[in-house]
Amino acid sequence: MSIEHRDDTGARFGMWLFLYTEVILFSGLFILYAMALAKYPQEFAEASHKLNIYFGTINTIVLLTSSLTIALAITAIQRNKIKQTLTLCIVTIVLAIVFLINKYFEWSAEISHGIYPGSNHMAELGPGITAFFNLYYFTAGLHGVHILIGGTLIGVVAAMVAKGKVTSDRYTLLENSALYWHLVDLVWIFLFPLYYLIL
Amino acid sequence: MTKIALKNTGFYSESPRSGILGWLLSTDHKRIGIMYLFCIVTMFLVAVCLGLALRLELIAPGPTIMGPQTYNATFTVHGIIMIFLVIIPSIPAAFGNLVLPIQIGARDVSFPKLNLLSWYCYIIGAVLAVIAIFSGGGAPDTGWTFYVPFSTQTTTNVNMAVTGALMLGFSSMLTGINFVTTIHRLRAEGMGWGRLPIFIWTLYSTAWIQVLATPMLGITLILIVLERVFGAGLFDAARGGDPILYQHLFWIYSHPAVYIMILPGMGVISEIIPTFSRKPLFGYWAMAISSLAIAFAGSLVWAHHMYASGMSDFAILIFSFLTFIVAIPSAIKIFNWVSTLYKGSIQLAPPMLHALAFIFNFAIGGLGGLALGAAASDIHLHDTTFVVGHFHYTMFGGTGFAFFAALHYWLPKFTGRMYSHKPAVIAWALLFVGFNVTYMAMQAVGIQGMPRRYYDYLPEFQTLNVVATVGSWVLAVGLIMMFVNLWNGIRKGTPVGKNPWGSATLEWSIPSPPPLENFGEKDPVVTKGPYDYKGVIADEY
Repeated sequence: MSIEHRDDTGARFGMWLFLYTEVILFSGLFILYAMALAKYPQEFAEASHKLNIYFGTINTIVLLTSSLTIALAITAIQRNKIKQTLTLCIVTIVLAIVFLINKYFEWSAEISHGIYPGSNHMAELGPGITAFFNLYYFTAGLHGVHILIGGTLIGVVAAMVAKGKVTSDRYTLLENSALYWHLVDLVWIFLFPLYYLIL
Repeated sequence: MTKIALKNTGFYSESPRSGILGWLLSTDHKRIGIMYLFCIVTMFLVAVCLGLALRLELIAPGPTIMGPQTYNATFTVHGIIMIFLVIIPSIPAAFGNLVLPIQIGARDVSFPKLNLLSWYCYIIGAVLAVIAIFSGGGAPDTGWTFYVPFSTQTTTNVNMAVTGALMLGFSSMLTGINFVTTIHRLRAEGMGWGRLPIFIWTLYSTAWIQVLATPMLGITLILIVLERVFGAGLFDAARGGDPILYQHLFWIYSHPAVYIMILPGMGVISEIIPTFSRKPLFGYWAMAISSLAIAFAGSLVWAHHMYASGMSDFAILIFSFLTFIVAIPSAIKIFNWVSTLYKGSIQLAPPMLHALAFIFNFAIGGLGGLALGAAASDIHLHDTTFVVGHFHYTMFGGTGFAFFAALHYWLPKFTGRMYSHKPAVIAWALLFVGFNVTYMAMQAVGIQGMPRRYYDYLPEFQTLNVVATVGSWVLAVGLIMMFVNLWNGIRKGTPVGKNPWGSATLEWSIPSPPPLENFGEKDPVVTKGPYDYKGVIADEY
């Protein structure tokens, strides 16, 4: 006797609240960054120059493109083009994987130079540079976890599109996943200049 | 007492699944609320036993029943369980789930599946917290605040306890998202913002704090685990970190969290006082807005926990000032409750007695808070048992008594049976006396200079410590009596009708216990305010 209840606006409202919590989650790390930057401006600049800007730039382009493809996927499902929706979701997931592979090579290079949290080499570089790399690894690491979660989410929703559970008049789930993906993208848009560019 | 069968068993007999799965997989807000209630009361009793053990240890100087390490672990686990597993979810998760959708005329919350997920997050958190006590390097001994550098260096099982707290934070946050959305989207026709019961307003304010502040706890706890795993030195001054910054991050969540704990309690009291005074709540909008004001101002005062940690004098001045600001909306609430009582037709039923005790205790706790919020006196009182006494006055004397009031007020609604009143009143008296003796003695010995968190103390503090310990026994007897009486009431109490108390909010217009869909096939249309008692008649029981 249960009466079907559906509230798309409510679902989007809830998703925006959730995105807000994600912003606060990352803001803790941004506070640590701001305080450490104020304390060690010279060391932060020095440490920032050790990062490879090409990796960062490529990843920025990859993520921005993936945001475009997931936005296109929503337009596709609104027009009831299921096959196109699926293709665009898969492209988004592939781009997420490209991002992580890129990250893997970037981190491997840095770790092989002895730069990772708790290493002996870091202890020799002094407190300012240590603070920079600790925050760099933890913030980018947490962001990487979000890429994994977001990619998985889009995969699950894509499967539901294929099964016909997410359709042209019932696509809030895809929309919410896309919102999540845009947020993950947005966090990176802040991380990239803070760690690679401005110092 | 002979047991009379209930004519109507409501949502207990309506479920798509039968047996235990009908509960564990249910997305019905009432079943989830009952499951929360059961778990919260269980964890409460566990933590009460730990608290009694702490008091017993302090009956005499030197090791009485435990040594220093056990004492540290006991107060840590008492704190973690009481705060994260009992007080934070006590009213919002248990009674919020039970009452919120019905009070706004909805069938359920906005996201019923997410609601069940929150409950599972709670259970996972609870299990991890309990496993942390018995595994690894022993029970955590950091205090519930997990202050660095000790929390990143101790060999006890901090990782698992912190992960448990993280899951509980997640549970609380998802509940917050659910409640804010529900209150915005699912109010019945005619249920405008001006007709929301104050309990809903306080849950709404609370839910916002849960959404805004809990992620900060999340990141803080994640950083502790990362620090323990990698040894990176995030909070180590020698390696570019800042231990004071940890305290800031921790309190940015944990101070607003005390308003997560107290606001719903204030909401419960705002329902009970008008009902048992038979008089509309005095100053409806002042009550509604002051709830939001407490939530807002309470989010800006976190550093008043850190006057002694090292901060500029100017910062201390600002945080002290903001702390005093929070007292204003709190005082508005107290004055409005008292004004509601004025010339009311007061009926001293058990929920009302607990509500009156709340006002008394919370006034003491709140004024003690000002003594701690003022920098000059805080330097003297910091880290003494006065702080512990103050905290218990607000959290136990406040939220705890509000929780007991809510139990006595709403259990008949959700079980369909009334407990007997005489033992309930005696239990209330024991609780009230035991509570005040225990914590007033604790505050007094704190002013004399007894530091908190030590298993040992100087001989001159013994008299007051004995008083506090004896008080804790009275409290324990009161608790046993209250829970036994409520349990008997649930099992074989007199069946009650729709509205045993004569209250005007929506939950009392449907059968006790409520049916699965709350209001049946047709959604209710609200035509009057929550405290409009005209024509409302209490059912005999």
